[in-house]
Amino acid sequence: MERRTFLATSAAAALATTLAVPASAQGKKAIIGVSIPSATHGFMGGLNWHAQETIKRLKATYPNLEFVLATAGNVGKQVNDIEDMMATRNIDGLVVLPFESEPLTSPVKAVKDAGKWVTVVDRGLAQAGIEDLYVAGDNTAFGRVSGEYFKANLKPGAKIVVLRGIPTTLDNERVDAFKKAIEGSGIEILDMQHGNWNRDKAFSVMQDYLSKHKKIDAVWAADDDMAIGVLEAISQSGRQKEMWVVGGAGMKEIIKRVMDKDTQVPVDVSYPPALISSALEITALRFVSDTPVYGRFIIGSTLITPENAARFYFPNSPF
Amino acid sequence: MSDAAVVTQVRTTRMPGLSALGPLLALVLLVALGAFLNDNFLSQGNVTNVLARSAFIGMIAVGMTFVITSGGLDLSVGSMAAFIAGVMILAMNALLPTMGVGIPLILTGMAIALVVGLFAGLANGLLVTQARIEPFIVTLGTMGIFRSLVTWLADGGTISLDFAVRQLYRPVYYSGLFGIAWPILVFAVVAIAGQLAMRHTRFGRYCEAIGSNDKVARYSAVSVDGIRLMTYVLLGLLVGLATIMYVPRLGSASGSTGTLWELEAIAAVIIGGTALKGGYGRVWGTVVGVLILSLIDNILNLADLVSPYLNGAIQGVIIVLAVVLQRGKSSA
Repeated sequence: MERRTFLATSAAAALATTLAVPASAQGKKAIIGVSIPSATHGFMGGLNWHAQETIKRLKATYPNLEFVLATAGNVGKQVNDIEDMMATRNIDGLVVLPFESEPLTSPVKAVKDAGKWVTVVDRGLAQAGIEDLYVAGDNTAFGRVSGEYFKANLKPGAKIVVLRGIPTTLDNERVDAFKKAIEGSGIEILDMQHGNWNRDKAFSVMQDYLSKHKKIDAVWAADDDMAIGVLEAISQSGRQKEMWVVGGAGMKEIIKRVMDKDTQVPVDVSYPPALISSALEITALRFVSDTPVYGRFIIGSTLITPENAARFYFPNSPF
Repeated sequence: MSDAAVVTQVRTTRMPGLSALGPLLALVLLVALGAFLNDNFLSQGNVTNVLARSAFIGMIAVGMTFVITSGGLDLSVGSMAAFIAGVMILAMNALLPTMGVGIPLILTGMAIALVVGLFAGLANGLLVTQARIEPFIVTLGTMGIFRSLVTWLADGGTISLDFAVRQLYRPVYYSGLFGIAWPILVFAVVAIAGQLAMRHTRFGRYCEAIGSNDKVARYSAVSVDGIRLMTYVLLGLLVGLATIMYVPRLGSASGSTGTLWELEAIAAVIIGGTALKGGYGRVWGTVVGVLILSLIDNILNLADLVSPYLNGAIQGVIIVLAVVLQRGKSSA
């Protein structure tokens, strides 16, 4: 099920830079700047935790690598962070998860133009071809894998409700792929409202779904935080036996329930916050070896079942 | 001349009564709309859901009514609720090995929530009254502080109450007395006590006096700073109380708990007819305001009236209309 593609698309463009600064070959310390959004909600909290853990591990493994980690609460702060890294820390490479695509494009391009290595994570820049390496999750697959599970496990005529995230292109990609995957299955979507990836909001939206609809066979909560709120609303109404819930991302509490074969939470769909670790590890390879790492690395969204759940379970992570 | 004077007299006494009905009218219209759109709207389950949901913001908004009436403002209440919830859960988890699962542990957790709320309110109040900083700036600052603290306590993730404790604590939100859920009962008690305090106690009258003109109040031997401090402490305590009812619902707190509660609470107060610049407060109006806000959300979910993208716009229109109904009549 795990789908990993490693396409060397921008090979020609990136090759020049790769050869230009062989820091490792000369034995001098390479400094990698890491700029990510701060831990404002569950997923980003997990991402921050994984970033710190990976940096610790990489520092221990490769003594000639140094990391500068900066977390930003808004776009402006992130731009300042990157400028500071260039001006005062003299970084050799940058790993960045842009807060927003448009405003970060030119600051990151400036880093690239100065001859530094650039890895962009999860949210692409507005202009193609700036980054040497792109590491991201797959939102279309996230929606598709969820939809395929619904299609395979519900009879035609089944009724489901959907909770959407914050209105964004990312959310649209997921929902469109989900709808496409259940097309022709005869599954009816009764309702689709925004739960804003928030437990409390999801709780009230689900309460209202339950008042409104006499029969619901399944819920696509599309996010594990929302799934927690949804499950609580269902248990308040005493209708636990009637429907199951599929969340998404890979929160440890939900993975645990999947592992324990909870019938209310049969599966989860991964969109791992640990994708920052992939980006850091691969970028580190570029500075310590001649491994070619330019291109695109898309982390597939996998169906997490009781059989494979252990692989996705990180009890120490805050998420 | 005397005729004219009588007419003006009648108008000034009667008109506020009519204008006060503005939000109530909006509430009745919303209920009628909801009942018309969905058969389940007036079912016991849905009514309980809406009222219980309103309870958190409701208790906070009652406290906010006093702060605003006395010319203050508190933007930190949403973050404060998240912070109190975080501290309360961590404390209960930490005390679990020594105290064991039981009523004493829950009561200790509740006491901690109230104490943290009291000190948080005290901090806001002292900064406003002693350091003489504008309430907007003080509470904007503490809003950021409380929010960061809870994110830091949660390590960026979510703080969850121990499962066994949660099972014991759960009924505080989900069950009730005579078929009425606890949060609704507590909210009702807070609202009635607030209404009595505003209308029938010296404290309520002083709040209005300070809000109208704090200099005159000071010359009239009102302890302006003392009363102002009390409004912030009262609000802090009520935020603590709201948190006590909130934690058993989902058993967790995170950096996104209680976001924008402050604006909802302030909006409810203003919809209810309290003047944002202070000087006049109406607690029962605040309760109506809170119910209007929750009902809008509920109706939008129950009926597929518009694209969910437009929910915010509908809310905005209804909020403004509710205030127009009120102000339009009073200035006529």
